[in-house]
Amino acid sequence: MFSMDLLLGAVVLGVLLGCFYAAVSVGLSVSFGLLDVPHVAHPAFLVLASYGVFLLNDRYDIDPLVAGLLITPLFFVFGLVAYRIYYEIFERRGSDAAVRGIAFFFGIAFIIEVLIILQFGVDQQSVSASYIGKSWRFGEFRIPIRQLVAFAVALGLTGLLAIYLSKTFMGRAIRAVAQDEEALRLMGANPVRIKQFAFGIATAVLGMAGALLIIVAPVEPTLDRAYIGRTFCVVVMAGLGSMTGTLIAAIILGVAETIVLTVFGASWAPAISFGMLLAVLAFRPQGLLGR
Amino acid sequence: MTARHNSIVFWAGIAVFLVAVMAMTQLVRNEYPFFAGYVILQFIVLSVAWSILGGYAGYVNFGTNAFFGVGVYTAVALFKVSGAPLVVQIAAAAVVGMLLGLAVGLLTLRMRGIFFSIATIALAIIIETTVMNWRFVGGAAGIQLQRPPVTEPFDSYVKMLFFVQGVLVVIAVAIARYIQNSRIGRGLQALRDDELAAECTGVPTLKLKLVACMISGGLIAAGGAPAAMYLQYADPSSAFNLSYSVSVLAMALIGGTAHWIGPVLGAILLGTTQQLLAVTISSEVNVLVLGIMLVVFVVVAPKGIIGLLRPRYRLRAGGKA
Repeated sequence: MFSMDLLLGAVVLGVLLGCFYAAVSVGLSVSFGLLDVPHVAHPAFLVLASYGVFLLNDRYDIDPLVAGLLITPLFFVFGLVAYRIYYEIFERRGSDAAVRGIAFFFGIAFIIEVLIILQFGVDQQSVSASYIGKSWRFGEFRIPIRQLVAFAVALGLTGLLAIYLSKTFMGRAIRAVAQDEEALRLMGANPVRIKQFAFGIATAVLGMAGALLIIVAPVEPTLDRAYIGRTFCVVVMAGLGSMTGTLIAAIILGVAETIVLTVFGASWAPAISFGMLLAVLAFRPQGLLGR
Repeated sequence: MTARHNSIVFWAGIAVFLVAVMAMTQLVRNEYPFFAGYVILQFIVLSVAWSILGGYAGYVNFGTNAFFGVGVYTAVALFKVSGAPLVVQIAAAAVVGMLLGLAVGLLTLRMRGIFFSIATIALAIIIETTVMNWRFVGGAAGIQLQRPPVTEPFDSYVKMLFFVQGVLVVIAVAIARYIQNSRIGRGLQALRDDELAAECTGVPTLKLKLVACMISGGLIAAGGAPAAMYLQYADPSSAFNLSYSVSVLAMALIGGTAHWIGPVLGAILLGTTQQLLAVTISSEVNVLVLGIMLVVFVVVAPKGIIGLLRPRYRLRAGGKA
């Protein structure tokens, strides 16, 4: 049975979890929400980043957060290349690019999954750091410090990206390209280069998000499947491309997950994000703060 | 070649295929070819069925595993309740698959492209989670099944399953061919190329989409139903494995979806490769090869094998772009 205390605890943990979900979803909010790239491989990139962090932590004993920062430039370049390939093959030719683009990213996601399995095995992997494994007590109630760290970093990451998109010149250019590519072209800007840069940013954010993923809980190669539901649920619920929406939607998802977990048990957990995603798609496809 | 002549050739081919499958079950003693062959036939059914929605209509269904798993578990539930014979299990799975297809169609009526694909993944996970929490069919741990005695003229259950799956191949191919050559197929192609334009010229797009979802879903579920008896075991995480979705997607797209023969070729090619790789190397490498082939074909040969073999399809594609 559940009491008020338990419910309150679930809500607090849900908010912490929600901010973490925002951090793993903001990249998709840019690549899918703003750029309309059917990026089904986003969660696979995320898990790949986690394994990068795991490698640095395991081999060289680097703090996971620092490791996340170290692989960020690598992921930026990775994103630039990935978008260029996608653009040359699909967007440039138009016509039935949609079907093939989806299949392309789906295939890429599977290739990444298998490569991780071949390299690291199917077992769960985790990182070690001073703040992992300890928790703060508030009377009956415990909050793991790893959740708090992830919460703080996630909030910072999401906030930074939101500020970048709304205040800087390049950020505004990215939002402009999402609104009207043709107009941008008429003003003499190159929309493809802006989109490429934006996709680079969206992928770079995954470096840090991947670090958070492995800090919050151990990762396994097929973890990306669960995050297809979570990230797309957040981005679609947010209203494509809205950063404030992403944070709100992520917190809603986080709270919903922890409450269902407390009330019905863990075996129903995987269905929550996908169920919410389906409901949003069916009844409010423009999202909470849709454009 | 006239349409009538074409038809005669087609049905003669079907007859030869069925006779060959039957003869094989009577003449070959070793059971292994049937174990491997069953899987290839199963993937032909799934890929052909997938293409009805994914190829003709252009809706990329990632939820093949949902329909497959529903087929498996319909069979399991029926078998557990009443010990229903295999044919009844398959028929019931087809009906449940069609109903699920109808539900998917209604739920996703206005979704296009990636939204449809993501919705189908979501549905698969939700159904899988429901089955995991369904004690009667074994929950997450799965369920063991005891095969009933085999019926004449077969001398082993696997051989019978092989033949049954062969019949399902015939049914799937016949339906796909009928759709392709009928108003339904042309309507689906019209809505793939431009849904709005199709709707404006009087193509009943919503109705056609529902029909395609139902037929495709029913066939995939029927193709999955015998898997319970084939493995003598069923558990949610393998029955609803996402690798069915990626395999079927890869087979259909690699074969080419403009003609029903495309997914058949794709399934034979990839299915055989997979069987060989699974025996010789490992199942991981198996999936890797599948993924790489999918990506390479999507990039290099967008019309699949049939696009490479028959320039007619290439011409048509060129005209469209």
